[in-house]
Amino acid sequence: MRASLFITCYNDTLFPETGRAVVRLLERLGVELDFHPQQTCCGQMHANTGFRPEAFSQAKRFMGLYRNAETVVIPSSSCVAMIRDQYPGLFEELGDQALRREFAALLPRVYELSEFLIDRLGVDDVGAYFPHRVTYHASCHSLRGLHVGDRPMRLLSKVRGLELVPLENMDRCCGFGGTFSIKNAEVSSAMLVAKLQEVLSTRAEYCTALDNSCLMHLGGAMHRQYAAMRTIHLAQILCATEAAPPEEAE
Amino acid sequence: MSGSFTGRPVLDPRLAPPFPTAALPVLRNPQLRKNVAHATDVIQSKRARLVAEKTDWQQLRTAAAAIRSHALNHLGEYLEEFEARCNAAGGTVHWASDAAEARSIILELLRQEQASEVIKIKTMTSAEIQLNPALEAAGIHAHETDLAELILQLGEDEPSHIVVPALHVNRSQVREIFARRMGLEGLPDDPPALAAAARNYLRQKFLTIPTAISGANFLIAETGSVAIVESEGNGRMCLTLPRTLITLTGIEKVLPRFQDLEVMLQLLARSATGERMSPYTSLWTGVTPGDGPERFHVVLLDNGRSSILARPTERQTLRCIRCAACLNTCPVYRLTGGHAYGSVYPGPIGAILTPQLMHMKYAQSLPFASSLCGACYEACPVKIDIPKVLLELRSQVVNQERVQAARFGDPMFIGMKAAHRIFSGARRFRAAQWLGRFALRLFTRRDGWIHSLPGLGAKWTQTRDLRGLPSQSFRQWWAARGKEDR
Repeated sequence: MRASLFITCYNDTLFPETGRAVVRLLERLGVELDFHPQQTCCGQMHANTGFRPEAFSQAKRFMGLYRNAETVVIPSSSCVAMIRDQYPGLFEELGDQALRREFAALLPRVYELSEFLIDRLGVDDVGAYFPHRVTYHASCHSLRGLHVGDRPMRLLSKVRGLELVPLENMDRCCGFGGTFSIKNAEVSSAMLVAKLQEVLSTRAEYCTALDNSCLMHLGGAMHRQYAAMRTIHLAQILCATEAAPPEEAE
Repeated sequence: MSGSFTGRPVLDPRLAPPFPTAALPVLRNPQLRKNVAHATDVIQSKRARLVAEKTDWQQLRTAAAAIRSHALNHLGEYLEEFEARCNAAGGTVHWASDAAEARSIILELLRQEQASEVIKIKTMTSAEIQLNPALEAAGIHAHETDLAELILQLGEDEPSHIVVPALHVNRSQVREIFARRMGLEGLPDDPPALAAAARNYLRQKFLTIPTAISGANFLIAETGSVAIVESEGNGRMCLTLPRTLITLTGIEKVLPRFQDLEVMLQLLARSATGERMSPYTSLWTGVTPGDGPERFHVVLLDNGRSSILARPTERQTLRCIRCAACLNTCPVYRLTGGHAYGSVYPGPIGAILTPQLMHMKYAQSLPFASSLCGACYEACPVKIDIPKVLLELRSQVVNQERVQAARFGDPMFIGMKAAHRIFSGARRFRAAQWLGRFALRLFTRRDGWIHSLPGLGAKWTQTRDLRGLPSQSFRQWWAARGKEDR
């Protein structure tokens, strides 16, 4: 099977280890990956901050690169939610009928990573080994945007050695919200503190999620507070094996 | 004065400070945060239990959204039908295009009644049109009779929640307010004693003041009826004892048929207070000789609503039935409380309703007062896609900024424009990655983390660290890997 990787702008820049884990994981499962070097951003930051014409052009850029892709895999539920929930409205507003039709045809082939593994590849045991206590944070976009349901839990439950610790109020936002964390920094920080209390009280070694954006927010506060817990993207846990433990950040 | 604030909260969007500033007093007040979190937790858990017992909850939501949408799509017809039926039943319907007109209609009616005092119940709309100050200026004293509104009025405070307006005030604060304002020095702070004090105080008003102003939960076009739900019975006193009743309501509150209440009342009670049914549901049609008010007026208020109606994405805002489920579930509201929204309509629904009622001239920070987590949409009994409307309003605010000179000095605006140029080409994006790595290295400590950034970045680093940029981007790794393979 072939799949095109849309790595997302912030994974590319800030979390390349997540991208490498996706590549190693999917190649191990027999997927032939390609990476289009012209890719940049899905346009979510602009769309969510009110810069809609700028988001239009990112959406068109995405379509230009992936319209003929067999499958697109994206290791970020918020970027997939942007594509699934906001692109249709953007293209409708643009009034470009050809683009709308092309998008409608492409949409069923765009997957978030856990969706791709479970729905497209039909695997929940990816042969991973990660002997640690882990708690899972359900990002808002995965939960209420994509409705990924128990897919991440199914994947995590099959990881050998992994002890999954439940998180109280798992469905509550970490307070990141993109530019919200800057525009409303104090409110965002208060939300983060509330979330972090619950995350830390699990006494897990790692907090994982489908989105590095939430993890960057939680991880930044963990580091500020000298917490022993670390954040790790789900892809890095699923990629880890006994022979190749997960790559830590530099 | 609730003792919790540095001053009386401002709920006039034209005067209120922007949300990030207005949120600070609450964020810095642990007692207040505790009051809000506790109260929202209690309502949330009651709601969750009662929603879970309805196996058809999602179908009910779909039905309610359809009823409300249908009513809005035919608003003119249903309002005229309501007017005709209400007038035929002995009521008098008045139309007010804006707040000023509504105030002058009500003042004129009160003048005809020669009223020097009025009792009020369940009318947020009166706060929307700033009615109480106008009444005071005309020498008419308004007495709030909803228990929570009474607490706030006596405490010179403002509502912070749609359903539980005094949610931010705790029992000992209520005792202090009652003791001081009712002259009850030895008042204990147990609920029965406080309720008894309020009852004594209010009964005297109910029995002596012959003019009342109410809001409405629903108007029924088919019958010309008005419906109000409440928990205390004080509303029913206001609706039945006075000689004259004036009901002020937004034009969007109309339902086509009496039967539609079946769906709406089930959803409202469960969503608002976590009850199967509201303790008091009052329904009346015009006037009935010998039973209830002799004179009944309905003031139908537009005040920006028809312009909301004209916009396809925003129209759904008007479906709202004021249950406040979106407030209770909102992670922002739970921390900031209601006053930060600078409007009588707080929380996620307020963040979309207030700027629109203000014709997008005021309250422009409100559409940004959300992390877009989507919890409000999930909770909404009439399926208002609040995040979608927030995005639409954000876009309108930015479009206004595009033509303002101030944008040249706004780092966020400049940053967003720059980011757009960066994302518009892979070569530019690579260059920006390289430049960013170079620039951020100046701020990166030996542990590989950034602890402090200047400018907008300081907003991030005031509470969080940021990992330094890795030396190799993913695309560089991919490109290098391709070369090795070959």
